[in-house]
Amino acid sequence: MMGRSVSFVRRLGASVVDGIWRLGFATRFMVLLLVYSGQSFRRLHLTIREIYFSGVLSLLIIIVSGLFVGMVLGLQGYETLQRFGSGDALGVLVALSLTRELGPVVAGLLFASRAGSAVTAEIGLMKTTEQLKAMDMMAVSPIARVVAPRFWGGVISMPFLAAIFSTMGVVGGWLIGVVFIGVDAGAFWSQMQAAVDFRYDVLNGVIKSVVFGVAVSLIAVFEGYDCTPTAEGVSRAITRTVVSSALAILALDFVLTSFMFRG
Amino acid sequence: MSFDPTHDEPLVCLKDVHFAYGERSILKGIDLSVRRGQVVAIMGGSGSGKTTLLRLIGGQLRASQGEVRVAGSDLSRLGRNDLYALRRRMGMLFQFGALFTDMTVYDNVAFPLREHTDLPPEVVRDLVLMKLDAVGLRGAGALMPAELSGGMARRVALARAVALDPMLIMYDEPFAGLDPISLGVVGQLIRRLNDALGASSILVTHDVHESLEIVDYVYFVSDGRIVAAGSPDEIRASTDPFVHQFVHAEIDGPVPFHYPAEPIAQALLGGRG
Amino acid sequence: MSRTTLDLWVGLFVLIGAAALLFLSLRVGNLSSANFAETYPIRVQFDNIGGLKVRAPVKSAGVVVGRVSDIRLDIESYRAQVIMDLDKRFEFPRDTVASILTSGLLGEQYIGLDAGADDEMLKGGDGLPIGQSAVVLEKLIGQFMFNKAAE
Ligand SMILES: Nc1ncnc2c1ncn2[C@@H]1O[C@H](COP(=O)(O)OP(=O)(O)O)[C@@H](O)[C@H]1O
Ligand SMILES: [Mg+2]
Repeated sequence: MMGRSVSFVRRLGASVVDGIWRLGFATRFMVLLLVYSGQSFRRLHLTIREIYFSGVLSLLIIIVSGLFVGMVLGLQGYETLQRFGSGDALGVLVALSLTRELGPVVAGLLFASRAGSAVTAEIGLMKTTEQLKAMDMMAVSPIARVVAPRFWGGVISMPFLAAIFSTMGVVGGWLIGVVFIGVDAGAFWSQMQAAVDFRYDVLNGVIKSVVFGVAVSLIAVFEGYDCTPTAEGVSRAITRTVVSSALAILALDFVLTSFMFRG
Repeated sequence: MSFDPTHDEPLVCLKDVHFAYGERSILKGIDLSVRRGQVVAIMGGSGSGKTTLLRLIGGQLRASQGEVRVAGSDLSRLGRNDLYALRRRMGMLFQFGALFTDMTVYDNVAFPLREHTDLPPEVVRDLVLMKLDAVGLRGAGALMPAELSGGMARRVALARAVALDPMLIMYDEPFAGLDPISLGVVGQLIRRLNDALGASSILVTHDVHESLEIVDYVYFVSDGRIVAAGSPDEIRASTDPFVHQFVHAEIDGPVPFHYPAEPIAQALLGGRG
Repeated sequence: MSRTTLDLWVGLFVLIGAAALLFLSLRVGNLSSANFAETYPIRVQFDNIGGLKVRAPVKSAGVVVGRVSDIRLDIESYRAQVIMDLDKRFEFPRDTVASILTSGLLGEQYIGLDAGADDEMLKGGDGLPIGQSAVVLEKLIGQFMFNKAAE
């Protein structure tokens, strides 16, 4: 009994120390990443290539999901609003939920599982097959050549993906509300425009998506770079990317929302 | 290729080098030197620390004690930039090739040239084709690494390692997993490239017969120490039990078959004490 | 690695993304219409603001001319002190009257401005006379019941 609790405390201590160790490594990694970013920006085609992989290739899932989420919002929102006789406000509901919350958050979650996991897998496999070491031996910094372009590619793609998601959502809400249910098109758009403020709603949503892009990309490249160089290590790193990204997005969303949309 | 010990300073020189992964001591006082123009083999069983030794010479690991000098500079004193400058003049062939899997063969070989020089694309192209031609794969430029056989991949990695005409080329088990013909081809390539470039080479291997054909000097590593050394002729004639075990591929001898452990009887009975 | 097609795709992606941002700002948001680039603050007090919120619209004759920027309680008079930011393009006479209105029965509350006839116009930082309070539904119902009972 005694022995078990001692070993439990010991294991707890070890995992705390390990966590601090990782945190320190992550911080050093982040500083290096920023230091080497200049170098990788000078060779823009590397970053453009990564925008292709994380942005363009995520486009389809973002468009389709955005459309569906908007359509669901249209159905559910109308169902509730018309009980209070304010079906005309459907546009407001759809647009505000998307620009403020669902756009950045859902696009961020999709981005993490589509692009973030791919980045982790790629870097992890490069580490496992000693490609990163080989690069380092060729006097080419893997952080400048492999990590930084993937990080910036993600950071640049994310706000665009979130905006596309929100736009498709509004289109989906319009499709259900105006085209199928028959909400007045004029009321739908004009109420939406009167209620959605550019700076307060749209811009804050964009800021959120940028923050999520930084968080997810950082997690993805770090997990890949830090993974145990075995097949199992890579698969665990991918899982960690998706899980930590989701947690980071939701936690950051709470923090940002409480700063942005008070009162 | 003659190598007289009074020649000027060796290109690579290790003095009493110690290294440990955490608690586990891997190298326990290695002395070793490679002269300019030489091809030197480092032999030893799996897990004897040969790869670790190469990574110390490449500056990817730091010795915990002792001195590693390459081209006159003490690696432990070099900052990152100086180390990178030095590495541009080194080529390393990794144990499994470590080709960049997202690039074609051509782009793999062009990689160091594009990263480190501002040569116009036509010049890069000529250089890459020359290197690929030297390893006999000029026609394979458009293939992806996944489409290559083990021997071809090794040769591409070789072409990439010598792309910048290095002064020192390191090979980590270049023969592992090759059929006898590819093995001979790669062996001859190593010698030819070394002489053509006027470089020095370090060859980590446990293929005794192939390497004795092509090297100038051999070091045997066991348990973190150099246990024997000599020219190929001296090695063939050696009566040292370790060398004998290795050259004649005997299962047991000074190189133990077992990873260090308590005796098996004790392990099996230990649980019931 | 065919760089040209890749660049084309990325260009297209950025274009679509930018178009989406533009759509959100202009069509969904109010960047095109009610963009109060320059505003001036006006103070007004109410006995009761009901459910008025910061950022609620300020309308005159139904047209949005500004937004509520701050609401606090004035400790001396125990009235609600409301600051509105009005669009510089719209000037109002000094005797303009503010009242808190509701759009629809349950809709959001906003401030309505009824322009007066004064020759002098309001300047930034000026105050309006005490405004007409919000209609509080509970009070209204209470009054109605009371009147009924009195009948
Ligand atoms: N990154 C590492 N961390 C801990 N131990 C390692 C690491 N790399 C290698 N080792 C250990 O060091 C010893 C020597 O490894 P290595 O130099 O790769 O041997 P060789 O190349 O001669 O087969 C091995 O026993 C191995 O278990
Ligand atoms: Mg090895």
